[in-house]
Amino acid sequence: MSNTPLIEVTNLSLKLSNADVLSSITIASTDPGVTMVMGPNGAGKSLFLRCLHGLTIPTGGSIKIFGNSILGTSTDQAMVFQKPVLLRRSVIDNLKFAGSTNTQRNAIDDALSLARLQDKQHFPAKLLSGGEQQRLALSRALLREPKLLVLDEPTASLDPASVQIIEQVIQDFTERGGKVIFVSHDIGQAKRLGSEIIFLHMGRVLEHSVASAFFNNPVTDEARAYLNGHIII
Amino acid sequence: MLINAFNDALTLIVSADPDLIEILLLSVQVSFSALAIAGILAMPLGTILAISHFRGRKLLITFLNAMMGLPPVVVGLFVYLMLSRSGPLGILELLYTPTAMIIAQVILIIPIIASLTYQVIEELNREYKDLFLSLKISPQQAVFAYLWDARYSLFTTLLAGFGRAISEVGAVMIVGGNINHLTRIMTTAIALETSKGELSLALSLGIVLLTIALLVNAIVISIKTFAGEKGYV
Repeated sequence: MSNTPLIEVTNLSLKLSNADVLSSITIASTDPGVTMVMGPNGAGKSLFLRCLHGLTIPTGGSIKIFGNSILGTSTDQAMVFQKPVLLRRSVIDNLKFAGSTNTQRNAIDDALSLARLQDKQHFPAKLLSGGEQQRLALSRALLREPKLLVLDEPTASLDPASVQIIEQVIQDFTERGGKVIFVSHDIGQAKRLGSEIIFLHMGRVLEHSVASAFFNNPVTDEARAYLNGHIII
Repeated sequence: MLINAFNDALTLIVSADPDLIEILLLSVQVSFSALAIAGILAMPLGTILAISHFRGRKLLITFLNAMMGLPPVVVGLFVYLMLSRSGPLGILELLYTPTAMIIAQVILIIPIIASLTYQVIEELNREYKDLFLSLKISPQQAVFAYLWDARYSLFTTLLAGFGRAISEVGAVMIVGGNINHLTRIMTTAIALETSKGELSLALSLGIVLLTIALLVNAIVISIKTFAGEKGYV
């Protein structure tokens, strides 16, 4: 494992309507696998991800991904949102739109295969089931061959089969050397996929540790309460 | 009397009365020309308002919304003053010509098409914005994608503009003068024939106008239904 941080966040803060939604977040992650971001609702997980992806400009601090400062979105990264954003077009046209001019037809076919939507390639994307839509969104995100995949609860409210397919895609991606940052409330999923955990509460990082340490010996009361299914105030 | 007038009106329609056809063709020609010009000007305006941010944008949106209810006679008066012999554009000698009527209709329907385009594209922009940022789509690609994905809604917007243009009477009466064989269109002819007590031509034109209005609405509903079923709206 290299000592150069893949993700380096220094003193990150974000204010929205004069409220501190992210405060003094400092993280250096050298973990090459899946970093799970966990925490109760309103902890700032999605905003943290948006900052990492360059969609939201933080009020203060700095972010470096693979050593490069994040000043906006980058083609090195791709993000999949909790509610998949699909164009009002067919499945294949959604993939073609995301592909660069150099994207070959076989890459589109691979993406269709990855999403397991070969039979529905001319079907309107908006009419797919929730699981199919999210698989399409994930395949489309991977079409540009990002180094970092940012996932904001992509499996929330999906059926087990779709969750399994998506988790397999993520594991394949990390095995090929890709880095993943993944927000999830699913503790089982975090145990299956996560190699390290960032635990957020009220816009602050309370814990950042390898997954086994977090699940076996959470340090803070808040993390313990979260893992035990208690409401954290 | 009413039944006789109605029978005469139907006879005029069925026999394709030359006067009726001439008036109908001029009406359609004027309104389609106005629609084409207004569409070219208003659609980009609505799109720019929806996806860009500049000083005075909200003021312009409010102004356009207010102008949707622009009184046609006021527009007619304004165009009349511009085109009259002593007006700034009097040298063009356009008053009492179909061109003057087109100008008046363009002014009337630009706010409608621009405002409706703004609403359609703004909604789409809210949906697509993060995805386009994430995929680093260029502004040109984004505009093209918005216009393409909103094509069904935008087409109904154009039909709304056409409906307003073809049914307008006050402005075209002022700037066109309702001159027989030159600027007489359906609405102005209906007003004139009714005032003369010649109900058969007025009724026949009324039936044709109503048919056009029904046709436009039927097309709008069909498009919305088709696009809805395909998940394209």
